[in-house]
Amino acid sequence: MEAFTRLTGAILALPEENIDTDQIIPARFLTATRFEGLGEHVFADWRLDGNGAPSQDCPMNEPRAENSSILVAGRNFGCGSSREHAPYALMDFGFRVVISSEIADIFRNNALNIGLLSIVVPQSLHARLLELDGQEISVDLEACTLSVPGAGGDETFSFPMDGFARHCLLRGMDRLDFLLSYETAIKQHEERL
Amino acid sequence: MPSPEAPQTLFEKLWRAHEVRAEEGDAPAILYIDLHLVHEVTSPQGFDVLRARGIPVRQPSRTLATLDHSTPTSPPDASGRLHYVTEQAQLQVETLERNCEAFGIELQGWGSRHRGIVHVMGPEIGATQPGMTVVCGDSHTSTHGAFGALAFGIGTTEVGYVLATQCLLQRKPRTMRIHFDGALGPGVSAKDMALHTIRTIGVDGGTGHVIEYAGEAVRSLDMEGRMTLCNMTIEAGARAGMIAADEVTVEYLRGRERSPDGPAFAAAAERWLTFRSDPGAVFDREVSIDATSIQPTITWGTDPGMSSTLNGVLPAADTAGIERALQYMGLEAGHPLSGHPIDVVFIGSCTNGRIADLRAAAAIMAGRKVAPSVRALVVPGSVAVKNQAESEGLHRVFIEAGAEWREPGCSMCLAMNGDTVPPGKTAVSTSNRNFEGRQGTGARTMLASPSTAAACAIAGKLVDPRHIGDIAGGA
Repeated sequence: MEAFTRLTGAILALPEENIDTDQIIPARFLTATRFEGLGEHVFADWRLDGNGAPSQDCPMNEPRAENSSILVAGRNFGCGSSREHAPYALMDFGFRVVISSEIADIFRNNALNIGLLSIVVPQSLHARLLELDGQEISVDLEACTLSVPGAGGDETFSFPMDGFARHCLLRGMDRLDFLLSYETAIKQHEERL
Repeated sequence: MPSPEAPQTLFEKLWRAHEVRAEEGDAPAILYIDLHLVHEVTSPQGFDVLRARGIPVRQPSRTLATLDHSTPTSPPDASGRLHYVTEQAQLQVETLERNCEAFGIELQGWGSRHRGIVHVMGPEIGATQPGMTVVCGDSHTSTHGAFGALAFGIGTTEVGYVLATQCLLQRKPRTMRIHFDGALGPGVSAKDMALHTIRTIGVDGGTGHVIEYAGEAVRSLDMEGRMTLCNMTIEAGARAGMIAADEVTVEYLRGRERSPDGPAFAAAAERWLTFRSDPGAVFDREVSIDATSIQPTITWGTDPGMSSTLNGVLPAADTAGIERALQYMGLEAGHPLSGHPIDVVFIGSCTNGRIADLRAAAAIMAGRKVAPSVRALVVPGSVAVKNQAESEGLHRVFIEAGAEWREPGCSMCLAMNGDTVPPGKTAVSTSNRNFEGRQGTGARTMLASPSTAAACAIAGKLVDPRHIGDIAGGA
């Protein structure tokens, strides 16, 4: 997993609520046996119209999308299927951070496990970030803060982050090594079964 | 933290019994996994991690695999060849076959009488038992909570962790109890309970929680109904749903392949019956639902919370979400649901692909014909369900009604095996998700119970299954 410390990048806003992982990556792309290259199909059915041509009104098709590294999405992002293909597709497309006022449990776990920083912010800040579509903000995982442009210069907001997830992300640490280091405790548990 | 003597919830009991290491400061708990179910879609990269590190599967005997998502539901051709939707789908299935061989894992594969949807297969062979932790790279793993187990879906990275260590890193979720007061009315099923519940608490109402279902209406459900209810828990945002083990659970498990035998069964049953919340146990959140008010329910929108009774009317388009959903579904605000024409009916999936579901659908279809404008598919959840249905003659009921009787698999629930609903067509489906494009690009999905789906297939339009006799005559 690639380490994450801080990032300044442009926001791409998808304000729709309850964006499920079937939208992020439709099931017909799940037959792959590798995660590489899924970015090509991210939001496939939003990006293509009924005739297979690029949809004019999908922000993901705008040239700026490819240079946006921060996705700000509507409430309850990533609900539905547990497919890890979803966070991989977003990362492969170029996102490093996902922000919403609520992120579904399994998606959030999966994202943090593979190095896609997923941040939950209060509704007021969420509404403000959605309005900053296209603008740059800074994310500092060390300090757990967002720097957001405001009328009187940048404003800084703290965000909550699971301490262990932060520790792993900052170091690019694979949790499997951590689990494997508990071999004795696992063995003891198994002996009691 | 409550003292050991304090009343505990079922969840608390299961959590504590499986802690290899408790949560401590920044470090999450390490939770031991008793049963790891595996299918072809979410496992290949997990096995690759083991291969890259040169480590074995820690507990092959606690790992059980099957083929379900990418498999064709048409029978092999005359030469015995299976027709996969793509070469890639075939490669994915063969990859799991190879991984199971290489790592010594039991596979309910082609030729097995238990091959089928992972959440149908596990309970059916008695692998899922009360008191267990069960995980699978599949969000509908919540199904297994029906047995008084703690069961939840995980991602592929976590599949790799469980293969390698039989453990997961977990933060302790909050608890919620949903209590159903009173009994269900006639013609109302577990699926209606699930859809009603999701509409009541919202598609994110359970986020961060494990839900325990309780009350008379839950106790009265058979195991199939309980699995349907727990299966849909993820659609309310909760990773796990559970129901305390009781005599119904014990009787279901008696004589199953992986259940204990003889005197060992009695001992196991006694232990299983302890997997219930103690009287006075405190939940973080309590919700009460009047079971007597639940009616046959169907979704009209593009998330499982957008539902109505069959005799209801569509809501006003007063939010962007509702407006988008109505437009996608080709529906008009304020119009009645009943009578809306449909094109496809899908009966199957991990939600409603078990024998009790097929019996309910057959009871409606018997002696009647599927409307000529409708394509109806019945897809049993496993080979065992298929064999049982055929021994009861249910397949003849479906075939004589004009429905397709297909081979087991996930099929049109997520439409990755080639079984799809065409763009713009409306399907009444007994599956679990009505998201945009879930059953095929542009497909319009309405979720309902097997009885409702069967009744709609006969009528060719939306109808309350309790009224099918008025429309199609007696069976």
